[in-house]
Amino acid sequence: MKRAAKDAEHSSRRINRRALVLGGSQMAFAAMLGWRMQSMQVEQADDFRLLAEENRINVRLIPPTRGLIFDINGIPLAENEQNYRIVLRREDAGDVDLVLRRLARLMPIDPEVIARVRDEAVNRPAFTPVTVLERVDWDQISMINVNAPALPGITAEVGLSRSFPRGADTAHVVGYVGPVSDYDLGKIDNPDPVLRIPRFQIGKTGVEAKLEDMLRGSAGNQHIEVNNLGRVMRELERQEGDPGADIQLTVDAELQSYVEARLEDQSASAVVIDLASGDLRAIASAPSFDPNQFVRGISVANWRALNDNPFRPLASKAVQDAYPPGSTFKMVTLLAALENGDVGPEDTVYCPGFTNVGGTRFHCWRARGHGNINLHESLKQSCDCYYYEVSQRVGIDKIAEMARKLGLGIRHDIPMSAVRPGIAPDHAWKRETRGEAWRIGDTVNASIGQGYVLATPLQLAVMAARLATGHEIKPRLVHSVNGVIQATGLGDTLGLNENMLRRVRQSMYDVVNHQRGTAYGKRFNADGMRMAGKTGTSQVRRITPDERARGVTRNEDLPWQRRDHALWVNFAPFDTPRYAVAVVVEHGGGGSSAAAPIGRDITLQALYGGAPPLDVYPGNVRDEIATQQDRIRNRLSAGSTTRDRA
Amino acid sequence: MSYLEYNTAYVPSGFRKLLHVHWPIVLLLTAVSMAGFLMLYSVSGGRPEVWMEPQVKRFVLGISAMLVVAMVPIWFWRNVAFLAYLGALALLVGVELFGETGGGAQRWINLGFMRLQPSELMKVGIVLVLAAYYDWLAPEKVSRPLWIIIPLILILAPTGLTVIQPDLGTAILILTGGGAMMFLAGVHWAYFATVIASGVGAIWTVFESRGTTWQILADYQFRRIDVFLDPSQDPLGAGYNITQAKIALGSGGWTGRGFMQGTQTRLDFLPEAHTDFIFTTLAEEFGFVGSITLLALYCLIIFFCVATAMTNRDRFSSLLTLGIATTFFLYLAVNMSMVMGLAPVVGVPLPLVSYGGSAMLVLLLAFGLVQSAHVHKPR
Repeated sequence: MKRAAKDAEHSSRRINRRALVLGGSQMAFAAMLGWRMQSMQVEQADDFRLLAEENRINVRLIPPTRGLIFDINGIPLAENEQNYRIVLRREDAGDVDLVLRRLARLMPIDPEVIARVRDEAVNRPAFTPVTVLERVDWDQISMINVNAPALPGITAEVGLSRSFPRGADTAHVVGYVGPVSDYDLGKIDNPDPVLRIPRFQIGKTGVEAKLEDMLRGSAGNQHIEVNNLGRVMRELERQEGDPGADIQLTVDAELQSYVEARLEDQSASAVVIDLASGDLRAIASAPSFDPNQFVRGISVANWRALNDNPFRPLASKAVQDAYPPGSTFKMVTLLAALENGDVGPEDTVYCPGFTNVGGTRFHCWRARGHGNINLHESLKQSCDCYYYEVSQRVGIDKIAEMARKLGLGIRHDIPMSAVRPGIAPDHAWKRETRGEAWRIGDTVNASIGQGYVLATPLQLAVMAARLATGHEIKPRLVHSVNGVIQATGLGDTLGLNENMLRRVRQSMYDVVNHQRGTAYGKRFNADGMRMAGKTGTSQVRRITPDERARGVTRNEDLPWQRRDHALWVNFAPFDTPRYAVAVVVEHGGGGSSAAAPIGRDITLQALYGGAPPLDVYPGNVRDEIATQQDRIRNRLSAGSTTRDRA
Repeated sequence: MSYLEYNTAYVPSGFRKLLHVHWPIVLLLTAVSMAGFLMLYSVSGGRPEVWMEPQVKRFVLGISAMLVVAMVPIWFWRNVAFLAYLGALALLVGVELFGETGGGAQRWINLGFMRLQPSELMKVGIVLVLAAYYDWLAPEKVSRPLWIIIPLILILAPTGLTVIQPDLGTAILILTGGGAMMFLAGVHWAYFATVIASGVGAIWTVFESRGTTWQILADYQFRRIDVFLDPSQDPLGAGYNITQAKIALGSGGWTGRGFMQGTQTRLDFLPEAHTDFIFTTLAEEFGFVGSITLLALYCLIIFFCVATAMTNRDRFSSLLTLGIATTFFLYLAVNMSMVMGLAPVVGVPLPLVSYGGSAMLVLLLAFGLVQSAHVHKPR
């Protein structure tokens, strides 16, 4: 079959025409591809480069090392303890089950833990370490190391965790730390990104919480190169953060431990202030709890036990609980009256055992009365009628003013949790909070520290400190931050009449050292060092006339919650005061019998810097004191062994 | 002009044929393939045994086969064109019935020494059979409807078979390659205009129906189309690959991040870096300079093919050469558009560069046909 040459020529020309069209469009398309390359690789190159860097570079925060907390003598109260955990990496382990079985033969592992580890190991990328055991001891680490060839993929990693070497003794002051919760984050406006690190620990209570910003430090960061699965390929850049500040507290750990031990698991609290500086040498609440439990994660049973305990171990009673101060308030009433000239030092009031005010009968604690009684005797014997009378002369507003001057009813700014301001009531206060007018009966009640008056043990100690020095002593808890000494708490003079103050102090001296004083049995004489103090017994219930007719029910016969609070304030030595102490024993009964001995022992302990010799005590109590000292010594040494275990 | 009219005296014979091989094209093919070896070495992280060495072996095999095919007279290939097409079609049917599935949807026939994808074979088969068909058909009948139906059947049969595999990329290449052959053979413009117009109209109608009472596709089908057309709507699923590919390509900049220094590739952000997305690795590591050079090499190959085709008076030779050049171009155009985010991801390899035996061998065999046409050009 032969075709006409003309046809062939025609056809060939047509093919070539179309070939040109097609080839031309191909070149046009190729040019478009080239243009696209140019636009992506030249014009937008920077944007894409940035995206590529974002892909490969992960910024990780390096958690800062938390600052340490020391006592005034440099004894650690909060430390960062190295602990070991055992981790497993699937990619190195190969057969996860086999490795876990071998590990379980070396050390006890909960079957639940094994199930969890297997689950995590399988579901997470092969290179992610899965924690098998936490807080393993050195023996177990050695065992892992010795058996390393049989345990591929198992390694020990070291981490830091907070520990509180003094345990329960400083629990309420130092507080504890725990992982950041959503609740914590919600409270902070602009949370530090470091808080987003899983299981990052922040202060939850006490100094740990209040000085969180200082203790935390600032995070460093680490630029690492990762692949598409997030595996770390290498570190590109590292910037170390700043560790948190070390904080030295004014607390004396040895004294603090002694106070905790001396409170002997009563529901009680005590505060010791150094008068030279306002330093809080001890702020104890009993019973206490082990803060290390909270760091490790407290079990539900232990948590419930702490919460259900009627003695409220978690409450920081020294600052957070305000009590009716009872007779310890009498110095306030007295000074208010003296300062304002409403009563002269030698003026007497007749005490028949009760006073009628506005149709209500107010009783003195001594039913048969004290007879004619002056300032000195009223305080020494704690006569109530004297104060009923004096308070009506001076008026509540002046009393409240004096209370605030002496540190009651105002909030003392120390970095502990839930520091309460207490109440120094006056006309304005009642109007604002109750919407009612002040009544004269309220003044009479307040004059002996009952009714609306409320004070925390910390405030009572401050009051004693201010009475002892005449200065506006401010309690001070932080001695230094990173070695920088903080301002002293020794304030200006209060501007009180020194003569009147001396009379009040002398009366407080006689409370302890005169044989008719309410705390005469609790006196001591340490080479001439003696103390001045005041007892307080505050009612938590109203005594009905019926009860009074039958004779006041003895505290011991009442259920614990309805017994009187026992209170005590003192300062010592009387001539050159160094320490002020306040003790409150909740529902402890009489201040003289329940609280004053504790105050005495704490004071002596502070003065001697250890257990005092027995001969400072009056002869009749030395035997009793000796057994008590043994008991406390045992308790302290038992406490230190539990501390070592922690 | 038909081979019967050849003045065989002017056709080289024996080893003299080797002198008449279009060596610039051989050189260019080798250059492009070597770019591929380099990239496969880089993608494997410096372990040549993973991808580079098998690819070099296939290249050597392929280039040898190419020269053998080039030595065989072009009229032989014309005579066996229809048989080759039928064979490829039979394999395509066979693979549908007995083939092995691997790597997504592509189907293989295991030949023992290699796994063959019949769909790759068909890309050349369709060009071969249509070139032979239009060589046989009298030029004046080309646009008559009856003579249009035959090539349409020849094109649509393998297209349909690959669509159901499902291998959309290959189906598009077969369909477009076949269409290009019909266009080159001189089928009237009006046919193409009609097909394009009705296609556009149909798509427009489907999209226009969206949200109306006479909606043609279901909502989920529309959403699938949306993601197919614009993967960024599904950034963690279908969009992940293309997003990472664009980042790799764009981050190359002018001169690239350096050989084996591409972070997207090295850190495995880039998916399928050794196959469909290998161009992005090249672009990342050698930058705009590298990628435009590769594009230029491809264009040069096509240019030489078109040039030899246009100077070849044998209709079969000329149609075959143009068809193969067009198919080659379609490969690279679809692949590059895909990785640059201009076209949906349909799974077309970058010719001679992507890792893959079938495509490499088939392409080199196809260029063997181009060489045969060149060597046996009527003079």
